[in-house]
Amino acid sequence: MIAARGAVAAAGGWSRSLSSFFYRRPNAYLLLLLIPPLLWFGTVYLGSLLSLLLQSFYSINDFTAEVVREPTLATYKQLITQPAHVDIVLRTTTMAIAVTIACACIAFPVAYYMARYASPRLKTFFYIAVLLPMWTSYLVKVYAWRLILAKSGMLTWLLDTLGLGPALDAALSTPVIGGPTLASSYIGMFIVFVYMWLPYMILPIHAALERVPRSLIQASADLGAKPGQTFRNVILPLAFPGVAAGSVFTFSLTLGDYIIPGVVGAPGYFIGMMVYQQQGTAGNIPLAAAFSVVPIVVIAIYLTIVKRFGAFDAL
Amino acid sequence: MTAAIEFRKVTRSFGSVRAVDDVSLEVAAGEFFSMLGPSGSGKTTCLRLVAGFELPASGQILLDGVDVSDVPPYDRDVNTVFQDYALFPHMSVVDNVAYGLRVRGVAGDERRRRAHEMLALVKLADFGERRPNQLSGGQRQRVALARALINRPKVLLLDEPLGALDLKLREAMQIELKGLQRELGITFVFVTHDQGEALSMSDRVAVFDRGRIVQVDTPRGLYSRPRNSFVAEFVGGANVLSPKLAASLLGIAKPVAVRPEQMRIMSDGATAEPGWVICSGTVADSQYHGATLRVQVRTGDGELLTVARPESGNGEGATRTGSTVRVAWPRASVVELEAEHA
Repeated sequence: MIAARGAVAAAGGWSRSLSSFFYRRPNAYLLLLLIPPLLWFGTVYLGSLLSLLLQSFYSINDFTAEVVREPTLATYKQLITQPAHVDIVLRTTTMAIAVTIACACIAFPVAYYMARYASPRLKTFFYIAVLLPMWTSYLVKVYAWRLILAKSGMLTWLLDTLGLGPALDAALSTPVIGGPTLASSYIGMFIVFVYMWLPYMILPIHAALERVPRSLIQASADLGAKPGQTFRNVILPLAFPGVAAGSVFTFSLTLGDYIIPGVVGAPGYFIGMMVYQQQGTAGNIPLAAAFSVVPIVVIAIYLTIVKRFGAFDAL
Repeated sequence: MTAAIEFRKVTRSFGSVRAVDDVSLEVAAGEFFSMLGPSGSGKTTCLRLVAGFELPASGQILLDGVDVSDVPPYDRDVNTVFQDYALFPHMSVVDNVAYGLRVRGVAGDERRRRAHEMLALVKLADFGERRPNQLSGGQRQRVALARALINRPKVLLLDEPLGALDLKLREAMQIELKGLQRELGITFVFVTHDQGEALSMSDRVAVFDRGRIVQVDTPRGLYSRPRNSFVAEFVGGANVLSPKLAASLLGIAKPVAVRPEQMRIMSDGATAEPGWVICSGTVADSQYHGATLRVQVRTGDGELLTVARPESGNGEGATRTGSTVRVAWPRASVVELEAEHA
């Protein structure tokens, strides 16, 4: 019997004994699988994040423009006391909030239709339609939008043709968000941001809605809830984790983007542009790092608020 | 007295499949009524038609004498216990139970009080603050029951509610459900594919086959007087003898049914009692079931008869596979069936 087993093992060779080694020790197998991603995650991802955090506690010598490697809060003080810097943070955060709300409002009906009403064929069409823009280069899309939004661009022409020219002029003459043309106003920038990040909102909401069993909706109706009540009491709370996930995407993508604000919109700086400029041209790595910490903090605050509202209770 | 539920020539199709085909039935108020059939026989669709999740393509559905054919679920005085329980995962148990009151605008304190009463009724008084995913299958079942009963519906619909429970729990729940129904006096409509469940709890049972009702009867009537071979085989697994075999043995040119437990395998040399029918064959197979031994005997014409023999062993005879045996049953136990329906 033992001899026979030995013969089997010998016949299988080393690959077989390796297989049985891992079969008997599933933890070793798991460890082997996880080491590469853990190394990557631990060093490259978390490591650089920590080094970033560390850098933000350094400061820069104003005369020599050299980084002083001593822990200090001077850079953060500079960040929150200089009005120009505060403006950048507020401008970026406000834009991120507006873009997130708009994306959620547009994405929800689309995702709802996809999840609950569309036939399988139509659903495939929607998937492709939602993902297709992502196949195109990001830069191409941004510059295309600049043309669409330009003074003599397609959108202006379309609105004029529809007789909505005065409405556009009224919108553009609004203080702060207006501007000489759509392409050089915050309205234009907002439109481009919403366009860019919409798929990141549609897909998580769709996934959340898809997971709501039909029987829950029927149970709600069965117990006497009118469709509106079912939507408020059952569908919306269960889709909320999807909205929260999508909003983290749209929010953080807007907070970190440095290309769109440079190509479309009014000249004011955004966080991403500031980081790019400070670490690149200005060489002020500590200030760039401090600016990079802002989105992390804002997202953390945002997630805490959302959690309070019970967004993740259904998970 | 008006029926609690009445179907008048109701048809519902999905594509080219007639899930419910020209069904008419009446369920009396306070009755425990079961819909029994294999999967795809239309019983669940019938239930969903009563609840309002499906609308009939033709025919009428009346609840308490009122035509509700076009009435949406939220305006019907009917509540459902779903097969998967369909508890709201984002609400506590007490909020789940109180949901029916909440959407009807009952104040918070009042609905919590009544929800706790309902939970006490299903013996889950201390579980109100838990989440559905913290409960066992049997407990979820009770929550679903409490939630469906809180609006005091005229009719409670149960869609295979015991299917996911293990045998012991299922038997306990059967007794409990029946007791609850007696206590509340609500009409229960119970959908199941388990004939034992249907027989043990119901006042009457409707047997479904391919979208039609084959027979509606009391459990005893169904078991002792099946109308056709489908009912005879589905309810209690009777042996159905072909008209040819019935003609040669009994002189009846119709299919007939004989229960396996009525049949005996005779010992060698024993003589038949008067009034017994005898048929010889060879043992094809046998299975041990604890209380009984089930033996399949192939007759000369190739028909298979199942004999259920108590393990305690009356009427012994050889049951070795391949041995030739004589199977006997009382003439009085033979039930004549209708000729095969199309």
